[in-house]
Amino acid sequence: MIVYSLAIVLFLVGLYGVLVKRNLFKILIGLSVVEYAVNLLFALIGYRQGGAAPIRTAGLAADTVFVDPIPQALVLTAIVIGLATTALLAAVAVRIYEKYDTFDVRKIRKLRG
Amino acid sequence: MLTVLILLIVLMILGAVVALESRDLLSGVISLGICGFALTIAFLLLQAPDLAIVQIIVETLTLVILIAAILKTTREDTSEPLGFRKILLWGMGLVAIAAFLLVTVGVLRHLPPFGAPELRMAQPYIDGGLPQTGAANLVAAIILDYRGYDTLGEATVLFTAVAGTVAVLRSVGRKHA
Amino acid sequence: MRGMTIIVQAISRLMAPAIFLLGVYVVLHGHLTPGGGFAGGVLIAGAFVLLVLAFGSEEWRSRALNWNATALESFGLFFFWFLAVLGMVQGVQFFVNVIAKSEPGTPYRLFSAGIIPLCNTAIGIEVAAGLFSIFICLAVMKMGEKP
Repeated sequence: MIVYSLAIVLFLVGLYGVLVKRNLFKILIGLSVVEYAVNLLFALIGYRQGGAAPIRTAGLAADTVFVDPIPQALVLTAIVIGLATTALLAAVAVRIYEKYDTFDVRKIRKLRG
Repeated sequence: MLTVLILLIVLMILGAVVALESRDLLSGVISLGICGFALTIAFLLLQAPDLAIVQIIVETLTLVILIAAILKTTREDTSEPLGFRKILLWGMGLVAIAAFLLVTVGVLRHLPPFGAPELRMAQPYIDGGLPQTGAANLVAAIILDYRGYDTLGEATVLFTAVAGTVAVLRSVGRKHA
Repeated sequence: MRGMTIIVQAISRLMAPAIFLLGVYVVLHGHLTPGGGFAGGVLIAGAFVLLVLAFGSEEWRSRALNWNATALESFGLFFFWFLAVLGMVQGVQFFVNVIAKSEPGTPYRLFSAGIIPLCNTAIGIEVAAGLFSIFICLAVMKMGEKP
């Protein structure tokens, strides 16, 4: 129960970064932290005390207890897609800097030209 | 094992706070790397070797891409000095986190306790995984045989994100001023 | 982006094929050991990123890297969709494991589990080419340049 609460605290720290920060790169870092927290929460839900990793090897006993494999299947693709969206946001941030010469979101809101 | 896991998550929270509040963008990104590598160790402790492999190599590539983006633009942060507004924002942030946590604890009480999940959906997959699909890795059998549709969608989403990034960086933009 | 010293260049010339081989191993044995298409694909992209980082971006600017990378990525996704439609061609529903699985009693071979190693290969190609293409556009190409 306490590990679940700690994972939610990590999520809220990232959410604070997305909502409050003024620098575009800090917003990107906050979004990354939110993704880590969500993946961690999924992996925590699937854990089983005394379970083994969900791979059937040849020498395993017939009645071994496995951890839940479904949350791991959900998180596996989520990690790689998180990398792709972080790269997309970094590319957009680079283009914004080339045009406006700053990362400050308050200055970018006034459209120019 | 539970104490090591709690220590790792506390380390991740500290790393995230340092990454968000540092004045230099480059040290913020390196703190984010610490957060990601601690997550890899947490995945290993939770008996998920697939996730640990993917997380460590994705974390390395994320650091490379973010540092490449920083070196192209700027290193400094546009943070304001420590004044009244900043302390007020931190205080309000802490109050909001505490209120959210108080509401969420009521929901968390209904989840099965940590370490004893009900495997209602996963038990047929675990029992019938090897005979029905022939794959020894149960996670691979789930994402490519039982739930193959979802993987098809996710491969297409990845393709779209990459196409969007290449399109954003490729087009000729107007020079400022 | 300038390249690095000659020690780093010599070591990365040795290490990049080893990392590439490890990535191919993780992709092909995705149904027997932990890993699979996504992990192996990112490893293969990492091998090529190491080469670009060590030798500097000037060295790679003249080759048609980005066109090849995007063409490979499209091929990988198309191959994955082709494997999904294969079930429909054989007369069953969409996306069914139609290639013969192993005979009972030999489950841990490389050529077992039907369509799963082929799907892993398609995903590995797509992820590797896509991530390498992102890195090329961010670090090597100059602004406004048509690849």
